[in-house]
Formats: sequence, C-alpha cells, structure tokens
Amino acid sequence: MSAHYLKPATLAEACEARAAHPDFVLLAGGTDYMVGSHHRPDPPGVIDLFGLEGLGGIEERDGAIRIGAGTTYAQLLRSDLVRERLPALFECAREVGAVQIQERGTLGGNMATSSPVGDTLPVLLALDAQVVLGSVRGEREVPYHGFCTGYRQIDLAPDELIVAVEFPRPPQGLVQFWRKVGTRRAQAISKVMVAASARLDDEGVIAHVRLAMGAVADRPVRLEQTEALLLGKAPSEALADQARDEVRREIVPINDVRSTKDYRLSAAANLAARFVRTLC
Amino acid sequence: MSKAPISVGSSLPRVDGAAKVTGAARYVDDLQPANLLFGRTVRSPYPHARLKAIVRDPAFDWDGVTVVTAEDVPGENVVALILDDQPALVPVGGTIRHPEEAVALVAAESKERAEAARKAITLEVEELPGVFGIQESIDKQVLLHGDDNVFKRYEIHCGDVDEALKSCDHVIEHTYVTGAQEQMYIEPQGMLAEWLDNGACRITGSLQCPYYVHKALVRLLGLPPELVIITQAVTGGGFGGKEEYPSMIASHAALLAKQAGRPVKLVYERDEDVAATTKRHPARTIHKLGFNEDGALVAADVDVAIDGGAYATLSQVVLSRAVLHAAGPYRIPNVRIVGRAMATNHPPHGAYRGFGAPQTTFPYERQVAKACRILGRDPIELRRQNMFRLGDTTATGQKLEASVGSAEVLDAVEQQLKQPAPGRKATGSVKRGRGLAFFFHGSGFTGSGEAHLKGRATVATTPEGRFEVRSSSTDIGQGATTIFVQIAASALGVSPEDVCVAVPSTDNVPDSGPTVASRTCMVVGHVVEAAAKKLRGKLEAWAAEHGHDPGDLSAVARAHHQSVGEAATTSTYAPPPGIVWDDATYRGDAYPCYGWAACAVDVAVDTDTYEVTLERCVHAIDVGKAIHPTIVKGQIEGGTLQALGWALWESVVYDKGRVQNTRMTNCIIPTCIEAPEIEALIVEQPYPHGPYGAKGVGEIPMDGPAAAVANAIEDALGVAADEVPMLPETIERLLRAKENA
Amino acid sequence: MKLELNVNGAAHEVDASPVARLLDVLREQLQLTGTKEGCGEGECGACSVLIDGRAVNSCLVPAAQAQGCAIRTVEDLAQGDALTDLQTALIELGGTQCGICTPGIAITATAVLEEEPAPSRERIRELLAGNLCRCTGYQLIIDAVERVVRERNAK
Repeated sequence: MSAHYLKPATLAEACEARAAHPDFVLLAGGTDYMVGSHHRPDPPGVIDLFGLEGLGGIEERDGAIRIGAGTTYAQLLRSDLVRERLPALFECAREVGAVQIQERGTLGGNMATSSPVGDTLPVLLALDAQVVLGSVRGEREVPYHGFCTGYRQIDLAPDELIVAVEFPRPPQGLVQFWRKVGTRRAQAISKVMVAASARLDDEGVIAHVRLAMGAVADRPVRLEQTEALLLGKAPSEALADQARDEVRREIVPINDVRSTKDYRLSAAANLAARFVRTLC
Repeated sequence: MSKAPISVGSSLPRVDGAAKVTGAARYVDDLQPANLLFGRTVRSPYPHARLKAIVRDPAFDWDGVTVVTAEDVPGENVVALILDDQPALVPVGGTIRHPEEAVALVAAESKERAEAARKAITLEVEELPGVFGIQESIDKQVLLHGDDNVFKRYEIHCGDVDEALKSCDHVIEHTYVTGAQEQMYIEPQGMLAEWLDNGACRITGSLQCPYYVHKALVRLLGLPPELVIITQAVTGGGFGGKEEYPSMIASHAALLAKQAGRPVKLVYERDEDVAATTKRHPARTIHKLGFNEDGALVAADVDVAIDGGAYATLSQVVLSRAVLHAAGPYRIPNVRIVGRAMATNHPPHGAYRGFGAPQTTFPYERQVAKACRILGRDPIELRRQNMFRLGDTTATGQKLEASVGSAEVLDAVEQQLKQPAPGRKATGSVKRGRGLAFFFHGSGFTGSGEAHLKGRATVATTPEGRFEVRSSSTDIGQGATTIFVQIAASALGVSPEDVCVAVPSTDNVPDSGPTVASRTCMVVGHVVEAAAKKLRGKLEAWAAEHGHDPGDLSAVARAHHQSVGEAATTSTYAPPPGIVWDDATYRGDAYPCYGWAACAVDVAVDTDTYEVTLERCVHAIDVGKAIHPTIVKGQIEGGTLQALGWALWESVVYDKGRVQNTRMTNCIIPTCIEAPEIEALIVEQPYPHGPYGAKGVGEIPMDGPAAAVANAIEDALGVAADEVPMLPETIERLLRAKENA
Repeated sequence: MKLELNVNGAAHEVDASPVARLLDVLREQLQLTGTKEGCGEGECGACSVLIDGRAVNSCLVPAAQAQGCAIRTVEDLAQGDALTDLQTALIELGGTQCGICTPGIAITATAVLEEEPAPSRERIRELLAGNLCRCTGYQLIIDAVERVVRERNAK
C-alpha cells in the first residue's frame, strides 16, 4: 500500500496537514529517513516539506539571525551572513557528509532526528539558539537548551513542526569554536564534537562561556560544571588543564562500534583545553 | 616492414574507458533479462550449531516463491576449491560453522517479496560452543578441525636459529597483531544465472576467476564441463574478494534458477556483502630478531598464526605466502619460520591483495625499525647493509639470479625525499615523524604452481582483419584488457586499434589461470606475447606462400579469413628453466621472481585527537618493466591507499564471530581527503621471462606502507604501534599507557 | 502513485511509491543503469545524479521529490559520441579503473565545477569527498579534474 503524499504549498497548509495527520512522516531532505527505507514498509503518509518557502530563509533581524528549518547545509555554506556571524555553524555545515548530503540535509531535519551525534546540535547549544515551533495553534519559541528531552526525544507536540532557529545577537567579541572528530574527514559520523563560545571582559576574564558536546551522551549536552569552572577566570595554560580535568569528571561517554569511552574522554577533554587556549 | 609504433611502454587510453565514463559499461546488476527473479539468501545468525530444521512460516503466502535447500543440490553439495570442505548450503542435520553461513535460498518476482520470504524462514538449531580468536583456537578448548584446529602448517628452516640467538649482540622479541580488512569494492558481489534449452547453465557475474566458478559449478550441478558457461560481467573491483566467493553466489543463483525455471539475479546489498563474504586473514606474529652491534641481521625466529575462519578455503595458500615472506628481503643466515592457519567460527577469511604478505611484512619491518633505533642507525643505511642483492640466496635456498631492484628502490626513495613535499600539511597542534618500510613480493604462484596450472591464451584473427586475444584473465579495474592489447599489438607489429580482447567466458576462452597472485601481466601476458608472436609467424608464412605482403598483417588476416577462415594460435605457459621447488620440505625457488619496494611516510599526529594526517608518502617499486606507466602508477597509488587505509582507518569489528560494522557508514575506507599525494616511483629491473621484462605490481603496494606508518608514529610519539589498525583510539591507549608507566 | 519526472530532458510518467528511491526508479523503470548502487545509504556517491544542476545521492531522494526538477544522469553528459572534457581527461589520465565510481565522479565534478570553476587541488578533494573510489587512490581522478580546470580557465 503506497504512502499518501501531501505537498503543502504554505507553512499554514503544512501545519494543517500535520494536525490532520500526526502519523504522517515529515520529510525534508530525506537523508536520514531514506536510509534503509526500501526495506521498510511505506509509512501511512508523507508530508513533503522540502523547499517549502515558509521554512526557508536566512535573515538578520536586529542583530539576531533567523534560519528557516528547511535550510540545507549547502544554503548555509552559500550564506555570507552565516560564514561571518555564525562561523561555528558554518564550519559544522562544511563537515556534514559531503556535497551531495549538504544539498539535501536540513537544519530542521537534523534537529528533528535529534541523534546523539547530530552535527549541528552542539552548535545550537553553544550559541544559545532558540527554536521556533509552529502549529495550527500558533507559534511558540523555546530555548534549544532543554529541547532534547531524551534519546532521540524532543519537545515537539504531535501537531507541531520545527519552523526556524533563531540565534540571538551575539555579545561583542564573542569567540566561536567548533571541532568535530569523525572516523574520517568527510562522510563521517562523529565520535566527539565540541562546540563552544566565550567572551572576555575588559579585564581579560571570561565573562560568558558555553561549552557543548555531542557524541558523549544520549543527546547533545552543555557542560555546565566546566562552564562554571571557567566563568570569571582569566584564560591560561593552567586553566586549560583544569578544564581538561573537569571535562573528564563531567561527561560519561560510552564504548560503541565507532569508538571507545576512553578515547572520547581524552579527545573531548583535550579539545575543551584547546578551546581555552584559543582564548589566551 | 611494420610501421606500427611499439605500444608497450606507452600510456594509451584504456580500451574500456569510454564505456565506463558514459555509464554504458554493464555490470551484473545492470543486466535485466526478461522473466527475471530476484534471489535472497537465508543465513544463520549462530556461529556454531547443529541445524535441526528449516522452518517456513505457514502464515506467509509462498505462492510464486522459489525455495531451495541443500536437498535440491543435484551434484555434490560443495563449493569446490582446495579441500572441498565448504558446502553451498548447510543441510538439515549438518553443522553451521559460522555466522551468515547460507542455509536456504529464495527467489521471487520482486526484491521486496524475496526479502519478505527470506524473513519468513527461520532455523531450529542446537547451539554449540564457538571459537573466536587465534589464541582461543590454538588453546583448543573447542575442537573445530582435526585434533588441533590447524588447517595447515608450514615450516621454513635455514641455519641454526637457536645458536645464533644465543651469540648475537641484541635480541628483540615482540608480538604483532594485524586485523581483518574488508575489500570494499564499490560494486557489491552478484551473479545472474540462466538455464538454457540445451540444459546448460549460464552464469554472468562480478568475478575474477571464471574457471574457478566453472570448476565449482560442474561439481555442484553434476554437469559435464561444456554445459556450464561462466561469463564475466564488467566487474567493479575485486582485490581478491571476488577470487573465491563468487563460486558460492553462482552456486546459489544456479540452484534458484534451476528450481524456478527462470533467470535469477542474486546481488548482495552492501551490508550482506560485508557480513558474509571473505576478508583479509587476521594474523598474530611473534617475531624474534637477533642482530649485532655492527648492524648485521643474524637470526629471525618467526611464529605466525592466521585466522582461517570456519572452512579451509584458501587459507593454506595465504599461509604459504605469509611464511615465504616472513623473513623479509634480507640476508639473514639463520631463519626459522613456523606458520599455522587456525580454524575458528568466523566467516572464512580469504584472498585480499597481498595475500598473507602484508601480515608478515608488518612485523619484520617493525622489528628492523626497532633495531635501527637501538643501534642509532639510519633506516635506509641499515636496509642497504642487509638487503638481498643479485646473487644472494633466500631462506628457502633460492638464488636471486635476475631482476633484483632492492638498491634501486631505496635509492629512489632517498632521492625523492630530498625533493620538496607536495605540501599537504596538517594544521593545529601536531607531532611529526617519518617511517620507512622496505619489502618484496613474489610474483606469480609459488614454486611449481605455474607449471601445474599450464595457463593458456589464444590470439586469433577476425574477419575484419583485427586480432582477438582470448584469455580467462579478467579486467577488474587493473587494466588487464588494455595491457594485453599493448602486448599483443607490439608482438604482432600492428596498431593497438587492431587488437581487441574477448570477454572472458568459459565457452570462448582457454583457462589462463586465475586473475590473482600478481601473475596476469607477468605470466598470462607472457603467454599472450608468445601466442601473438606465433600467430604473426604463421600469418607471415601463409602470406609469403599466397603472395600477400607480410608487412600488412591486417590485410593478411582478412585474406586468410576470406580463403580459409580464422587463424588462431594458442600458447601454453612454460615456466622458465631451472625452477626447482619442493613442496614437502618447502625449499627451493619459491617464486619465479620478486618485486621490490621501499615506502617512506611522513605523519603528523594531532596531540588533542590522536588523528594521523599523512603529509607525505613516497613509494618506489621495481616492476621489471612498466607496460603501461599510467596503469602501473594507478596500481601503486590505489594499492598504497588501501594499505594506508588498513593501517589507519579500517577495521572489522566482530562480536561472537559476527561482523558488527556491516555498512559503509561504519566500515569505512579513506575518502580523497585522507588520501595523501602519493609520489609513485617506477623502477625497472627487467625480468627476462616476463613480457618485455615485466613482473607483477598488483599486490606489492599493499605489503609495506602499514609498517612505514607505524614506524613514523613511533618516530613522532615514542610509542610502539605494534598492531594494525592504528586508530586514534589505539594511539590514545598507547600514549596513556606510556604516561602511566 | 503517478509521478511525472523530467530526466535527461525528456518527460516520463512512472508509477511508484512517493518514497521509492529515485535510484531505483531511474535504474529499473527508466532503464538508466549508468547510475550505480554501492552502499544504499549516501556514503559512496556512486548513485550521484544532478537535480537542477546540483549533485545529490539518488539512493536518498524520495521519488516524489524529484518531480518539478531537471534530473540529469551520467548518460546525459556526453553528447552522442562526443565525451565531455572531464570524461576524456578521466580516460586519458587513468582516472577510471574498474569504473563503478566513475559515473558518480563525472556527475559530481560536473556540478561542482559549474559553481566553482577554479578550485584548488585541495578544494577539489573537498568537493569530491562524497565519492568513494577503492581502485585509484584518487590521485589520477584529481589530476583529471585539475586538467579540466586548467584547460577551461586557459580559454
């Protein structure tokens, strides 16, 4: 029995379709959904969101940057705004898969799949992103921090769509950091991901810091203990070493087919220390 | 007088290139005959079990589905190879010996239906204890084979190792472990089977050795040889992985097609291919090296064990090459090599480029590098001091009488390293190091192998005045077809455009032997050259008798066709005189000749993430003669990257014998970003019995680079990387152990 | 469901599930077997096709989403017997061995050179990272693309 196929023409139509058919698969680029799809029975239906105008766009509003959930990695990479103002997101997009995946994979898809190794997710945490969710009931906005409620679980009602991501206007002098360690340099699932941001005040002390990681838990995480350690201190070699030790205490990665707990601990801790050194 | 330029030595565009770049080349899955059914294989999830029943789900609609079990095998239920111990399908009452072993087959009109039918068959078993590693097998708490789990044992002795080890200045002993490796040809395995009206079974598929498949199916189907026809489809890579396993798939497709009375295509999806087909043999080598303060290598005591998996298949041949290469390309007067192929409950391991040599090259080049560090000697100088030269004698008593490019490859690497590097530099905080490996690889089959094989090739005229080469050698990407065109054209004195190569099909080409063992150019190419020369002589003589200009061989061929029909000559391989080999004592001339290689690698290890970047790779290989320099360069570059992949990125993860990383996302190979700029240097020390002096090149690039990488990592970090692969996880573990020590 | 696809400049109507793989529709229903399946999960790039000029993995494209676009496969690159400069370079420089990755490489290189006509050698590697090759070690493929870049920019 072939799936029903709906292709809404507007965001409002998409929300209506979603409300009417909460069991239909929301399909953006399909780079997750289509893996192994030929071995699964057809879903009851599909709501095709790829290219929907209401889910597109990269725009600046009062210094904040709003990116539609349907934006592909390729579109992120073609955007001067993203490259200049969200360099961590830019670098992250550059390392997703390869060009063929970048043309189809979307920011919203990455968030909806909410894999523990989702590439963009630590960046959203590190840059204090807000998620805009839409439904026939209207829009609501929630911080991305807390949006993931469990392993591949998100705070999305059965009638909601992810509409956009908003990155708040960054404070003056914010430094962004991104490092993905995959099994190889392209087409790689992450073994460890570190996304971070920080700002030093006039005395050279860390006045704002976010340290986020992927692939070290069942969801992307903020390392709030390590952040607390760094806040209010001047970056130094010694602080970098302390950060490394604190990270080792804070995260609990696992062994799996791709990597080991020991490796993830060491690499993640080293990269956090590396981040602190970039602030020196 | 022939005006055609000599084609050998030039890099003419490969003859199958246009079909490949336009997508016109037809691989097995591109073939879509009418009335086709799709096949699927029902496999055991158990590593070791007695099969009590094969259960078809009564709730499934079996209408239109073909089902085949061992009972349906008309001939012998065996995939004939060497020991004939492997069944095509495990029979009820028989023993399952590895995960993914084939138990039943289904075919249906759509892939979805076939897949559903596959899932609707389950197995009732009584599980048995399994063996999942080399040491476990050696410890023989569970007996899988004979009374000691040893499929095969070889020993090589020379001098007095025990005495020599007592009296030399230094003795170092280390254990080296190398892992399985998946060939990961980008085209998964597959076969198409059709039964013809005259009772013949025709197989078309992705394969390296049509006559291996032929031999297997003749026995499985109980048919006379002329009623089994095996044809190679354009094949998307093999690297050894399509040497023997195609016989299994062909057996399955043939059985399904016979039962169904319709053509059946059995093409594996990637995860099934990775889960079920053969891989490089894992190995464990204990290597004891004795050397003196002056740098002389005095004694080598080597114990190598390889994991053969559940059936013997090709393990004894892999073991043979492993032991024959285990002492390395060095004058070591006292050698003892003991090799064992062990039985386990892994899916059988099989042929992969290098075929045992990479597994024993890694240990000996690591040992020599350690000797350099202990003695404070330059790596190239120590190799020079100890390397084989023309006239030296090997551990099996073979005198190296020709084509020894040992000094030349070391010189070439040394010179090249003085040139500026191509400049792919790592960024960030790294530690850098350099490593060298020096190694050799016997070309062709061991000892009397080629004499037994008697490989043949035919060259024949066509009505249009062209010349067709007929051999069972398959082009699997390595350019066999193109070099045969060059060799035949040069021998005939005609333009390459006037030469074509027949598609290898057992009803049309003689048995030239398998496309393996770095023999296709050196051995079969030699036979092609001989057949072409013979045909030229025959046609020139006929031309003289019948008043035609012998200088225009094409015109002569056309005229011959018009008056008498096809002119064809067949040549049979005659090994060079004086090759003496004793299989019982494992002494004598192990290989007709050897390729020689040196590989230097520069690494940069990221101090945060332990990732290794290859900043430079220089690889010099003595190939005797480069028939087609670009093809040779392609073999060096491609083989080197596979070796670097084995060293740094590739691993097969087993759990109770079952592969855990069966998809490309988890069973990774290098992308072009990992790949370094490989500075491939072709050295030519001609081999008098190869066509125009050529030896083999297909495998040697695989043998040494892993050791070079490990040597470079040790140079960079001061940790001994004695295992393959050296993943970032491995390096992190070694560094942490060093810190804690 | 009835799907209207524009493939290699021609309109086709096929009957397929909306989430059928575009790869299967091309190979099995349109008999365009030049596009290959190597992995079925978007890792190897052998299934690459052009959708509105951009290279994508057809094993991951739901057939319904291929409607309203211009799809081009490897069969559409050469014009009759006239190979493209890239196809010629791949043959002449040894950038094709077993050939199974070659259609994907040709498609991807065609797309990326349209957008970036003069990439550096390092950038070429980055742009082709989604096309795996097991035979060549990539070098002769990169050489071929570099030659095309040189020749086109010399004009």
